[in-house]
Amino acid sequence: MIFSQRQKDRFMSYFFFIVATASIAVLFMIMLFLFMEGIPIFQKISPKDFLFGEYWYPTDEPPDFGIFPLIFSSLAVTFLSALISIPLGVLTAIYLAEIATYRFREIVKPIVELLASLPSVVIGFFGMVVVAPFLQETFDIATGLNLFNAALMLAFMSVPTICSISEDAIYSVPVSLKEASLALGATSLDTIVRVTIPASISGISTAIILGMSRAIGETMVVLMVAGGAAMVPGSLFDPVRPLPASIAAEMAEAPYRGDHYYALFATGIVLFVFTFSFNLIADYISNKYRQVGEATL
Amino acid sequence: MEQEYKITSKNLDFYYGSVKALQSISLNFQLHQATALIGPSGCGKSTFLRCLNRMNDLIPGIRVEGEICMDGENIYKPSVDVVRLRSRIGMVFQKPNPFPKTIFENVAYGLKVNGVKDKNLIAERVEKSLRSGALWDEVKDRLHDSALSLSGGQQQRLCIARALAVEPEVLLMDEPCSALDPIATQKIEELIHELKDKYTIIIVTHNMQQAARVSDVTAFFYMGKLIEAGETDTMFTRPRLKTTEDYITGRFG
Ligand SMILES: Nc1ncnc2c1ncn2[C@@H]1O[C@H](COP(=O)(O)OP(=O)(O)OP(=O)(O)O)[C@@H](O)[C@H]1O
Ligand SMILES: [Mg+2]
Repeated sequence: MIFSQRQKDRFMSYFFFIVATASIAVLFMIMLFLFMEGIPIFQKISPKDFLFGEYWYPTDEPPDFGIFPLIFSSLAVTFLSALISIPLGVLTAIYLAEIATYRFREIVKPIVELLASLPSVVIGFFGMVVVAPFLQETFDIATGLNLFNAALMLAFMSVPTICSISEDAIYSVPVSLKEASLALGATSLDTIVRVTIPASISGISTAIILGMSRAIGETMVVLMVAGGAAMVPGSLFDPVRPLPASIAAEMAEAPYRGDHYYALFATGIVLFVFTFSFNLIADYISNKYRQVGEATL
Repeated sequence: MEQEYKITSKNLDFYYGSVKALQSISLNFQLHQATALIGPSGCGKSTFLRCLNRMNDLIPGIRVEGEICMDGENIYKPSVDVVRLRSRIGMVFQKPNPFPKTIFENVAYGLKVNGVKDKNLIAERVEKSLRSGALWDEVKDRLHDSALSLSGGQQQRLCIARALAVEPEVLLMDEPCSALDPIATQKIEELIHELKDKYTIIIVTHNMQQAARVSDVTAFFYMGKLIEAGETDTMFTRPRLKTTEDYITGRFG
């Protein structure tokens, strides 16, 4: 049978339509599943008590399903890791792009990029075996597996991406702009702060978003180094239990379709909302800073 | 005849790595005059111009020998504050290079980095500079639009206004009209005429008519050397050397 050109065209567009809808449908079904398995817990406990309850003792009799400590832990770990990784990544990028010699840059940049491909379990392992004992001894604390360690390890995961992409953005700012600034009697610091960084801010924010998206919702590292205590931390060095760590650690032992099982799925919903809002904000920021127009003649 | 020189260059040699780009350039620039640097592509005009505000310092591996003095002081002396020096010497580049900021911010930039904080003074100076740059009437209602929304010719005049805002003593222009249409070019040439009263101007150009129209003195460069320099009228009517004549009349090659 011979197809006409038009039929082929139509066939192709059906084909792509089916592939596209299939993957969207699967994603949608996963979401549906998540909600179906999570919502039943709210017959036992009100959403308010679930979200703001201070005690997470899912296996006690009667159990407590308050995930506030988990939410708080997740936010604290993410926030703290951003606080470490953003300045570290962006400043390193500025150094590499604007201050370091060409040779130094050519050597260091690939190394930084290599760090981005470290599997998270390796980073977690490093945190457990090297950083934890170090923290424990240096600060004389009960355990080195804690909020600070987790934030630090997550920062390690974000820094290479943040640094590498920011560096590309900063490096690609046209020399003519920097020369214009210097020729007006600006110092190199002025030029970096007032011209180079603003001109590359869209690339830098994309870098931060991509870098952090590796850390947000990250399970393995926090499972290994956060310490696992379901309490609201009182200090940087208290062990914590972020949402994904809790799900990963408990799912295997939660009885199928029991309350604990439903509670873990509901925790998953919360995590989903968490990462989803992050992505929304990320999208908004990278759109906002997208440079409009270009220097043209 | 006693002459007042703003900038003097004596036996200036310049190297990009091991490549000698300028050879023993000795050339003086009189206060409140416009000097045109002409010569075939690659002869070192831009290199020389960029030596005058030490813009070449940014290029790794360069070396400068000989001296350039401004108001009698060697600008390559180690004790010279390059940042301060550059704020005394404005530069306009071949391609318009406005910052991706608003028109106002572009002109105010030089003032801000030089420590001017007074908002009124900045606004005043921005208007004055835009007027001197013959751009005010075209942009006065859209000062807070992006500078990138201007046309190429407007952008170049903005860059001139930006350079004027810091009130430099010298203005260096590297083929400022090469990307512009005849009308914009004419505007900038008129501007140069007006600016001569207050500034010492050095302009690189490939356009002989332009050199003849705007400059008092013309210097002809060839293969990294200064071949001939003199009053523009003389240079264009009775050059001393055959090479100069050939170049000016377009019989070069
Ligand atoms: N950054 C650089 N590194 C190495 N060599 C350079 C550099 N810039 C210029 N040169 C060389 O120095 C010589 C003079 O260049 P310059 O840019 O000063 O010429 P020009 O007279 O301005 O030419 P044009 O009229 O084309 O602008 C050329 O041979 C050029 O190849
Ligand atoms: Mg040139």
